[in-house]
Amino acid sequence: MKTTRRKILGTAAAASALPLVPARAAGKSLTIGVCSDFSGPYSAIGGNTSVACVQQALEDWGADAKGYDITIIKGDHQNKPDIGAGLARQWFDSGVDLLIDVPNSAVALAIAGVAKDKDKLFINSNAATSKLTGAACNAQTIHWTYDTYMLSHSTGGAMVAAGGKSWFFITANYAFGQLLRDQTEAVVKAAGGTVVGDVDYPFPTTTDFSSFLVQAQSSGAQVLGLANAGKDTVNSIKQAHQFGITQSGMKIAGLLIFLNDVHGMGLDIAQGLSLTESFYWNMNDRTRAFTQRVLPKTPNNYPSMGQAGCYSGTLHFLKAVDAIGVPAASSGAAVAAQMKKMPTSDDAYGECSIREDGRFMCPSYLFRVKKPGESAIAWDYYDLLHTTPADKTFAPLATEGCPLVKA
Amino acid sequence: MFGFSKAQAIGFLIMVAAVAIGPFVLYPIFLMQVMCFALFAMGANLLMGSIGLLSLGQAAYFGMGGYVCGYLVQSYGFTPEVGIIAGGLTGAALGAVFGWLAIRRQTIYFAMITLALAQIVYFFAVQDTDFTGGENGIQGIPRSALFGHLSLNNDLAMYALVAVIFLAGVLFVHRVVHSPFGQVVKAIRENEPRAISLGYKSEHYKWIIFIIAAALAGVAGATKAMVMGIETLTDVGAAASGLVVLMVLLGGIGTIYGPILGALVVVAMQYYLSSFGAWVTVIQGAIFMACVLVFRRGVIGELAYRLKTPL
Amino acid sequence: MVMILGKPAPLLFGQLLLGIINGSFYAMLSMGLAIIFGLLRIINFAHGAMFMIGAFVTWGLFNYLGLGFWWALILSPLIVGAAGFVLERTVIQRIYKLDILYGLLLTFGLAQIMGGVMENYFGSSGVSYDTPDLLSGVLNLGFMYMPVYRGFVVFAAAIICFATWFAIEKTKLGALLRAATENPALVQAFGVNVPRLIALTFAGGVGLAALAGVLAAPLYSVNPGMGDDLINTVFAVVVIGGMGSIGGAILTGFGLGIIEGFTDVFYPPGSAVVVFVVMAAVLLARPAGLFGKA
Repeated sequence: MKTTRRKILGTAAAASALPLVPARAAGKSLTIGVCSDFSGPYSAIGGNTSVACVQQALEDWGADAKGYDITIIKGDHQNKPDIGAGLARQWFDSGVDLLIDVPNSAVALAIAGVAKDKDKLFINSNAATSKLTGAACNAQTIHWTYDTYMLSHSTGGAMVAAGGKSWFFITANYAFGQLLRDQTEAVVKAAGGTVVGDVDYPFPTTTDFSSFLVQAQSSGAQVLGLANAGKDTVNSIKQAHQFGITQSGMKIAGLLIFLNDVHGMGLDIAQGLSLTESFYWNMNDRTRAFTQRVLPKTPNNYPSMGQAGCYSGTLHFLKAVDAIGVPAASSGAAVAAQMKKMPTSDDAYGECSIREDGRFMCPSYLFRVKKPGESAIAWDYYDLLHTTPADKTFAPLATEGCPLVKA
Repeated sequence: MFGFSKAQAIGFLIMVAAVAIGPFVLYPIFLMQVMCFALFAMGANLLMGSIGLLSLGQAAYFGMGGYVCGYLVQSYGFTPEVGIIAGGLTGAALGAVFGWLAIRRQTIYFAMITLALAQIVYFFAVQDTDFTGGENGIQGIPRSALFGHLSLNNDLAMYALVAVIFLAGVLFVHRVVHSPFGQVVKAIRENEPRAISLGYKSEHYKWIIFIIAAALAGVAGATKAMVMGIETLTDVGAAASGLVVLMVLLGGIGTIYGPILGALVVVAMQYYLSSFGAWVTVIQGAIFMACVLVFRRGVIGELAYRLKTPL
Repeated sequence: MVMILGKPAPLLFGQLLLGIINGSFYAMLSMGLAIIFGLLRIINFAHGAMFMIGAFVTWGLFNYLGLGFWWALILSPLIVGAAGFVLERTVIQRIYKLDILYGLLLTFGLAQIMGGVMENYFGSSGVSYDTPDLLSGVLNLGFMYMPVYRGFVVFAAAIICFATWFAIEKTKLGALLRAATENPALVQAFGVNVPRLIALTFAGGVGLAALAGVLAAPLYSVNPGMGDDLINTVFAVVVIGGMGSIGGAILTGFGLGIIEGFTDVFYPPGSAVVVFVVMAAVLLARPAGLFGKA
């Protein structure tokens, strides 16, 4: 099999009862499944831009030249854990070697369980829950990019340090929002602050946040903590402006805001917000070079950290598979173990490593969103305020109860 | 046997053969889903076909059956058969209460009251996160071992269990319809005042049918939860209630094999057409309209009409 | 802070106001539903989808033709109404003789088609539509800040509801409509084209849904599911008000909005379910609804 192909298939191929990868023994063929939100509230932070980043990793690594035949398939989890878990099961049963991305913590936790059952590799890039390297960690799952611990300490900590002592939370009521709120609450309380109220709203069906904003306003809190993401965050911040939340002196803490969300809000509304990402395209020459390479595949949506994580994770996966050989790589645990042994290196994240609990260790950056006049070029939105080194960004090893870590 | 006509008996044998060969030809998880939904649809068909009442809230029993089973198996380590029986009992209990309220109303009012009650159950499922896990669902339900001994981790072992439950369900439903009890139900459907004048308490019969339908939904939901290892709001929401009506309508109201075929077609569309995204919804809608406008007997119903034999 | 019933006054008034705004949408949608049911005996499950299409048309008019909100307020109901007219003539009229439940199933399928098509083109989270400039300010009411636009919605809804109720209950055209449903043959004998009258009624009903969709576009993100979220609640409103009673639908719509607002203050998790509890209770105690005549 000399001809190497790279193609994007829909989920139908994976759903077919026929084996997806018929000729594994015949050559160095691999299948990577990008499981993401392709039409819902998280489609801008994952979706097709994530697929483009995975493709970019294959190109940059030179899969063709190395004689690999790699197929990328994509599937929409629709933010439903049952659909995501069903898709993962189908994919793994039909020979998918790596499942990547998965913005949505509830779906990611469900998929991590399936990956363990089937001994297949799951690189999570876009879900936040730190349980993936805590109680729910396993030998087949690697958590790239960021987590709730990082967000609550970086963004949350910065708000507290700036004098925000009393908080009111608006929380997306599922695994992600709940944990992000709880961890931020702990940060607030540790600094002597208080939480005066909390509303949990149904996800992903809520588009009108007015009732929660009225509650927040009447609570008299100094900080409005938004434990949500994607389009929810965009909607809630826009509506907070309509209801005069900021005019009345309340500060908004968007605990998880991506570059794409800032773009969706516009700088008029987003200016001055503090946020944390582990990747920003306009950070240094390497990040800019990566971005310029991938942009032709996703011209209207610049990569944010989760999507860059898909690039970085795929690249490292390929290196690990190359090291242990394709036959051995059918075991997710074996690939993951190899990935943990090798340091990572790529244009998006620079030089990093993976901890034994599956945590990808990278620095995090606290940014402030620029004012409309300060943005010189397209998608130039951030000023860097503070860098947290990798060993301080994430929860210390063995504090979150990962069974892989021996006490 | 079991009051099968000749054509029905042949149909049953074909189906048993298909169930036996199926997992070696098609993806076993897909077939297990089909059988679970078929069981669910057979229950709904009892309501629609036998007593002519359209419920828009069957998902309440399906979903709660799944939740109770998943919760017991995951949190308390009960074995699968206990979970599935508990799921059926949950459906039956909920059906007994809701049915007692709903059967007092006819046609559209019956449909609306079942919708309202199911919505209340749905919001309970959203809110009571300790029990249902809310948006996360109950995840990682272990398949564990039947009776504590026979491991179900292998898909084929699980398949065998689902197949047994499904086939038993078919025989049971058929038996209900063809029993003396079923004959009275049929009489009520055809002429309720006459049945009442003959001394039958029509409300009792409707109530029992309602409970049986709910129990079947509960068993189906519980079995599905065991197969997929996860139970979420999808199964308790209004969309699932609509889906089961579509299955019955497409296959043929009041037929034995209609709901099974309907389940096969609808689940197959969701599996094999999933790359077309929301076009699956469009196709489902088109089927709904086609069934109402030109095809009110459904596929099996039409076939039975042509062959002049009940199927 | 001033307390009322043990709750801060700003919270209570704020939620009540939001309840009235939601109630405006319930009222406008359930009114159209009641008209269609009252005159055609069709339970229009596609009503929420018509509302959604009305919002998408609003977005499309601006993004493809550059026509703003005020144009949409006129054009969107006309476009959706015309589509409704065609739909009634081609599809819906075929099932008048069937059991009432077939209408429900048919329109349910129709709603699925419309939602699915929109989801394919715009994704499940849809598109956003900006508040018209003229109404984009914020009013400081003392107890809360209220976006001017939301106030406008309540005002517009009140006018629309009153005008519709007046047209049907108090004018000659309305009398004709009511007569045509009671005894179509007789009205036909007077030289009135009854089938066309009925098609126009359907068009009017869905046009009202589209009008509500225009008003909703700047408030909620314009998305394929926006009607699904509302339709069950709106059905409950119609059932509680009494199927086919227009005045009942309007009063119940606003009333339920207010009840939801109160529930949001005193027991927030209950606000989404209170309407169904009321509906179940009304169906059991008084199946014809609060204002129904049956």
